[in-house]
Amino acid sequence: MTTSPLLSPTVLDVLCPMHVVVDATGHVTHAGPTAQKLWPYAPLEGTRFLEVFCVKRPRAISNMHDLTHAADRKLHLEIRNAERTALKGILVPFDSAGGSIIVNLGFGISVIDGVRDYALTNADFAATDLAIEMLYLVEAKTAAMEASRRLNLRLQGARVAAEEQAYTDTLTGLKNRRALDTVLTRLLSTPSQFAVMHIDLDYFKAVNDTLGHAAGDHVLQLVARIMVEETRASDTVARVGGDEFTVVLPDVHSEKTLRRIGRRIIDRMEEPIPFQGEDCRISASIGTVWVRPENAATMEEVLADADLALYASKHAGRAQQTLYTPALRAAANRVQAPQEHKGQTG
Amino acid sequence: MHGLINRTIQQFVCDTYGVPVWEDICARIGLEFTDFEAMLSYEKSYTSDLLTAMADVVGRPRASMMEDLGTYLVTAPGFDAARRLLRFGGVNFVDFLHSLDDLPDRVRLAVSDLYLPALELHSHADNRFSLRCMADISGYGHVMMGILRVMADDYGALAWLDHAGGSAGVETISISLVAADFAEGRHFDLGARAG
Repeated sequence: MTTSPLLSPTVLDVLCPMHVVVDATGHVTHAGPTAQKLWPYAPLEGTRFLEVFCVKRPRAISNMHDLTHAADRKLHLEIRNAERTALKGILVPFDSAGGSIIVNLGFGISVIDGVRDYALTNADFAATDLAIEMLYLVEAKTAAMEASRRLNLRLQGARVAAEEQAYTDTLTGLKNRRALDTVLTRLLSTPSQFAVMHIDLDYFKAVNDTLGHAAGDHVLQLVARIMVEETRASDTVARVGGDEFTVVLPDVHSEKTLRRIGRRIIDRMEEPIPFQGEDCRISASIGTVWVRPENAATMEEVLADADLALYASKHAGRAQQTLYTPALRAAANRVQAPQEHKGQTG
Repeated sequence: MHGLINRTIQQFVCDTYGVPVWEDICARIGLEFTDFEAMLSYEKSYTSDLLTAMADVVGRPRASMMEDLGTYLVTAPGFDAARRLLRFGGVNFVDFLHSLDDLPDRVRLAVSDLYLPALELHSHADNRFSLRCMADISGYGHVMMGILRVMADDYGALAWLDHAGGSAGVETISISLVAADFAEGRHFDLGARAG
């Protein structure tokens, strides 16, 4: 073989340790130390190049003749083993008289798998090869990304907690008006069957006035607990004013259910509430509207109907529940009409 | 200053001296929080204030605490990645020492807003080196001493290190390599990933 002394295999082993020299018959005559590591089964020297490496692109290279004509073009190769490791290659004539070629190989993007599959070390790459820097970068960036991901998760958790706070009444832990609006908007956006209960405490002002605000707060916290206990987890209990509450009950199928729930809430609220040696006595008036797909309404209408039913309970002597009916609205309009008329003229 | 640095100081103090000591340190410098986020940025003054308060509260010389911090950075559970990434710098300890000049740039490739103090390695005769650490933070040279001791061990090299003092933001470490292959060293698997 007549080769330039500068391009001796020893020089090539340092400059490009993943090269192979192939003679005119297609047999490997020399393999760089790293190239040999890719084929640990037998010495590469003496084997046929195309029996170890399969050329994927340019397509249809199946013999030595095709291969020598692919000089100076980027080759995409695959090792014929279980890993089918993808390699890049470049081919140059080595000894034009003898017809031998040099194929220099590289991992390209498969470097991470390659290093693991063939247990390569820093010493297996040329000092100028960026493979080690690439591995370093992938590992460093992965660690940095993981730290960022953890931060994002914590921030997301904090945001959820903050939103939860904003939907919650701090004194009672119940939902607030904002949460109520969200729930009602959602329910009204599709044809659904649900109920809205307005609950107003009776005689609460007397507790506040005679026993003080601490007693009042205690009562509010207790009645909040009662309402949560007497409703389902899927129901929404919101505090919408000082001593006013609204309960939204999805999937209600009968008025009987509503009457039973209302009765239980009133009964439990009427039990004396001990506070610092005194008994606080309250009750509750409830106005309830049962919304069904056939009597669809806006949120304002639903809340106004529940209010109307609540005032009916108050007028009827408190401590009771009234279910809204269109008749109630008609009666209210009859009472209100002359007043409105008077307002317009006066 | 980058949160990663303050976070590391926090973890070092909490693991070594306990959470109450850390809370004491934060209170002493007037912080209204005690948890640093690794991937956020903080006021530059926090880091030096934390380190000064750390020596005061714990009651140990700053130099030895800084070296402990350096050791912690590359040995503590959860910091495997830091040691592994340093190992990418070289195939043996001398190679590694020569990679230190590039360390700040390598770090910034991974975390673009993390600026580490500049390092300069000078080789002298007989396997002697000196490492100049150019840092605003006093005692940074001691942190590097802690790191270098662990890394020498990692590479299986026997090295003698001495903090040669310094002034005006430059501290110098003398390094004498007694034996490059003194012990087996810790195996470094390029293809493995730190947990």
